[in-house]
Amino acid sequence: MSRWGWVLALLLTLSTVAARSSAAERPIVVGSKNFTEGRLLGELLAQRLEAEGFTVERRLGLGGTLICYQALTSGEIDLYVEYTGTLREAILPPGQAPGVAGLRAPLGALGLELLPPLGFNNTYALALAGPQARALALTRISQLAAHPTLRAAFSHEFLDRRDGWRALKARYALPQSAVGIDNALAYQSLEKGQLDLTDANSTDGELLRFDLRVLDDDLQFFPEYQAVPLVRRDFPAAARAALAPLGGRLGEYTMRRLNAAVAVQGAPFAAVAADYLAGEGLGLASQAGTEASAQEGWLSPRGARIVLRTREHLQLTGLALLGACLLGIPLAVVVHRRRRLARAVLYLAGLAQTIPSLALLALMIPLLGIGAAPAIVALLIYAVLPILRNTLTALLGVDPTLRRVALAMGLTPWQQLRYLVLPLALPTILAGVRTATVISLGAATLAAFVGAGGLGEPIVTGISLNNTALILEGALPAAALALLAEWGFEALEARLVAAPLRRDPLAP
Amino acid sequence: MTAAARTPGGAPAVAFQGVEKRYGDAVVLRELSLTLPAGQTSAIVGPSGSGKSTLLQLINGVLKPSRGRLEVFGAPLPEDLPAFRRRIGYAVQGSALFPHLTVWDNVTLLAQLEGWAPARQRARFEALRELMQLPADAAARYPHTLSGGQQQRVGLCRAMMLSPPLLLLDEPFSALDPLTRDDLQAHFERLAAAEPVTVVLVTHDRQEALRLARHLVVLEAGRVVQAGPPEALAAAPATAFVEELVRGGP
Repeated sequence: MSRWGWVLALLLTLSTVAARSSAAERPIVVGSKNFTEGRLLGELLAQRLEAEGFTVERRLGLGGTLICYQALTSGEIDLYVEYTGTLREAILPPGQAPGVAGLRAPLGALGLELLPPLGFNNTYALALAGPQARALALTRISQLAAHPTLRAAFSHEFLDRRDGWRALKARYALPQSAVGIDNALAYQSLEKGQLDLTDANSTDGELLRFDLRVLDDDLQFFPEYQAVPLVRRDFPAAARAALAPLGGRLGEYTMRRLNAAVAVQGAPFAAVAADYLAGEGLGLASQAGTEASAQEGWLSPRGARIVLRTREHLQLTGLALLGACLLGIPLAVVVHRRRRLARAVLYLAGLAQTIPSLALLALMIPLLGIGAAPAIVALLIYAVLPILRNTLTALLGVDPTLRRVALAMGLTPWQQLRYLVLPLALPTILAGVRTATVISLGAATLAAFVGAGGLGEPIVTGISLNNTALILEGALPAAALALLAEWGFEALEARLVAAPLRRDPLAP
Repeated sequence: MTAAARTPGGAPAVAFQGVEKRYGDAVVLRELSLTLPAGQTSAIVGPSGSGKSTLLQLINGVLKPSRGRLEVFGAPLPEDLPAFRRRIGYAVQGSALFPHLTVWDNVTLLAQLEGWAPARQRARFEALRELMQLPADAAARYPHTLSGGQQQRVGLCRAMMLSPPLLLLDEPFSALDPLTRDDLQAHFERLAAAEPVTVVLVTHDRQEALRLARHLVVLEAGRVVQAGPPEALAAAPATAFVEELVRGGP
């Protein structure tokens, strides 16, 4: 097969994977970001729609604002709950009119609409460790200026946004410097006394769990973060009507309590959502809603769950590696005799490696949607470098005298490759594939950000719920897979590589 | 069948006519007009950098002439170079055996690709192995388990496996200690006597050239300064180098 044949085959494989997710008759697809409140609200909207007879597909726990937004605009999901402050600062151009009303026109221009706000304002807040707060008698953010030694760590989003840490620091003239940390990890660090200050959300259930003090935003720096379902303009009227009763119903206290039920008491999202809807008289008469949402993976028995996630993980990694081999090895063979081209290809592969995974996923959603396809392509892009680099190194390392002899004795170009060059290069190529495999097994956890499942799912959920058992449920099988892969490659090497090359790759 | 009989009308095995080889501005061979007689051993002799190896690699089409005509087996080089090259054995300094293949696979690779029956492969391999006095268990061994001289003999077996009418040798006896070299030269003489083959031997070793070849071609700085049987060169040496070559001490 020619090199273009390989590429075509790869694209076909990927598009088949992509097509599988969009072929069925179209239910309403509810998305959410990958933190507790986002998931819970996603589940709440989903159950509310189901209570009114809609078929719902859940795409909960997508990897952040950009991914959800891309998934919505490209039609991969039909709605998710966004926050007005996030729309204002992270999506729309600056300078929009205040309030929910001020957002309708610019969103309309993008073909999007806001449903009625749910009722609470989940703005940023700064949380200080209780002991420090009491010892220093701190209640307001402005008081932090007098205590430069307080240790601060913030979520990466908060560190980066226009209305995040840098602006806050300037506004209050705060002397602290800050590092990035995951929210859930930040709370643990605060409790252990390794950290004093972090960003929090005002409806965060964790605030009820740890000894924390939320500081007053005395200069009213933080903008409004009204939770509001975001849809495309073509969102069906019947579905709007089904969701209408949720408008204005959820206050901040209610939301914090619901969040705590999941994050602190460990109740399943579906059960918390069902209980709430039932209490408000908005749920299903029977328990069918709860059962329907049992498809939310982490409710099923642990063993079956692990097997399912592991299988998904292996599929993602396997397809990505296959693609990376089919792309990387022939590409190296084609370019290795052209030094300049080879160098350009290597630089390009290295450059692709530096794209942050979330950015890469967000870039691919308009092309490939959400689900397995963008995850596989992202993994492929990360896996191709070690394969390409090792193959190139191996091919360039073949003794030129041996090549000349192979040519002079009458081997065709294909035979030279088949009987001399590839066998000699094989140990190094295998080492590259082995590296790529271990990298991919780890990186495949990012698939959870685009709803592709895998062992990243329990890890991401576990981190957002601060649930160590759940994290280990993903991390341990992933580690086991990495070990198995190492053994597998040792066995493969023993089978495929000629004895003298195994003993000493430099033997004459 | 003799090598000469395979060459139509008893024509020379190799004929150069006004051949020039250049790399950019550097001329490696110039105005090369030369015939190499069929059925015997010719030695291409000259100091390093005189263009010996280049000349050899023009014959099997690894390099292409920049100008001039080249005929091998009485015809210009064909389009299908791999098939053409399989009629030309090739052995180089250091043997260049494929390290990942056993001696058997090294020697019989081309025969396997040509679809020879296993019995035919076995018979030819054994004949060559005995001629080259390789150990009986050599077939299953990897090259790195053999001595340097043995590896070089395996290299000659590989070059001769398909009984090519033409054999090109690029300093195959260099880089060996004198005793091993002497032994190997003796083996080569046995081979040349047993097989009807035209040999083109590139060497910078005058004793080797005089011992093995009946026809000498002396190259200096990309030009043929003299060619012919050793006696003819000795009778009227064209340059000091030729004189030293044919008359120099033992």
